[in-house]
Amino acid sequence: MSVADLSTANTAQDPSAPPPLAATRPVLSIAGLVKRFGAHTVLDGIDLQVERGETVCLLGPSGSGKSTLLRCINWLEVPDAGRVLLEGETIGVSTGGVVMGDGQLSRMRTRIGMVFQHFALWPHLTVLQNVMEAPVHVQRRSVDEVREEARALLERVGLSAKHDAFPAHLSGGQKQRVGIARALAMKPSLMLFDEPTSALDPELVGEVLTVMRDLARDGLTMVVVTHEMSFARDVADRVVFMDAGAIVETGAPEEFFGAPRTERARQFLLRYSNGAATPGETR
Amino acid sequence: MNGFAIVWSERALMLSGLANTVVLSLLGTLASLLLGALLTPVLVSRRRAPAFVALRFVDLMRCTPFLLLAYIVYYGLPSIGLRFDNWGAGLFALVLYNSAYMAEILRGAWMAQPREPIEAGLAFGYSGLRLFRRIVLPPLLLAAGPVIGNQTIQIIKDSAFLTIIALPELTHAASSIQSRRYIPFAAFIVAVFLYWGLCLLVEAAVAFGKRLAEARQ
Repeated sequence: MSVADLSTANTAQDPSAPPPLAATRPVLSIAGLVKRFGAHTVLDGIDLQVERGETVCLLGPSGSGKSTLLRCINWLEVPDAGRVLLEGETIGVSTGGVVMGDGQLSRMRTRIGMVFQHFALWPHLTVLQNVMEAPVHVQRRSVDEVREEARALLERVGLSAKHDAFPAHLSGGQKQRVGIARALAMKPSLMLFDEPTSALDPELVGEVLTVMRDLARDGLTMVVVTHEMSFARDVADRVVFMDAGAIVETGAPEEFFGAPRTERARQFLLRYSNGAATPGETR
Repeated sequence: MNGFAIVWSERALMLSGLANTVVLSLLGTLASLLLGALLTPVLVSRRRAPAFVALRFVDLMRCTPFLLLAYIVYYGLPSIGLRFDNWGAGLFALVLYNSAYMAEILRGAWMAQPREPIEAGLAFGYSGLRLFRRIVLPPLLLAAGPVIGNQTIQIIKDSAFLTIIALPELTHAASSIQSRRYIPFAAFIVAVFLYWGLCLLVEAAVAFGKRLAEARQ
């Protein structure tokens, strides 16, 4: 890992960012998380911890609740029960158990970067403006400083030539790399990737995974929902396998892919190795 | 003396009428757009009661003839203690009426927008008015530009009704000239061409907005 690398500014290694106490706590701690849509229980008591610098890949069949879990972490979906702690602080619920006001929830969300399946770039802004928008208008950082960082981030994801392009004129892979740069510009403590390559043409998947691989290597804390088994195998520190709203199995990728402990995980891996993957899955 | 020559001799009155129409339409459009934009989130809100009230308001305005509304504001409201001068009444009626249309236009554009960029706004720490102003509204304005332009033309034309509450706008000026000098054709045809000129300006603005939108498509 190069010390001069820009990523250090975006991760926990930045000595100025996290308070020393937080360094010993897990970045993310989920306990007893339940989410229902009507009568259907999508998440049925999830417990999960993610340590600083860790890359966790969430795997599982369609409808197993992976994306919903990810969206509960930053409260895009409001959980029905359980707690989500970011660096020891409960998200969404203030002390005393009342639901957080919008402002307080928003401030916590700025510490969690998110990359979306369908990119979700802001169509009225250029590439550079997309990256600068939230740091300037939400975090209220100086425009000049943010512009410098945004340029560096875009260079890092290989899009220096596209500053002034609008999202509509980019390929899917380029859009997703802007999406990643936009999230990194917030200097988040945690990055969530919601099937970041599922909406891409197969030949564009590689360029996005390469960027993500670099981020993982540089020690960014990442939770990645993906169907890219080889990415999970090579990059994840830990694999979490979900089925029917529960975590069925969790472990190092070599264990999970080499010798899955549960029958459901075996079946799942078998389907993928048979090429019955569903890369175009939507929520 | 030729009718058009008479209008020419009254050009100061005609131009001040035109200027008042421009001021009325401009203020009316900007205020309607602003209020309409603020009303839009209420229309699409999941909170039932405010959404219900907003929807009924929009419905009511869309089904009320503007002339009647202007009568009510100028002649009716004083009887319940709300008194405006003719400018105040005219602008109030114009804005009340057209903010309902603007809200409905923006609501329609909102329905056609993808949800994800707004979610991204939430995830990046936007909420409330800042979310609406920075993330939600700009694509709506770009998408709805031509329809907003149409509504602006409607506002310019509706402002002509305000002659009935003695607001000295363009139609009022033309009708005052024709009644004193008995030249209805020349006075009114000149007014029509002046309205047309204003609409051409609006269309130029819409074309500019269209270019902005197309660059982003």
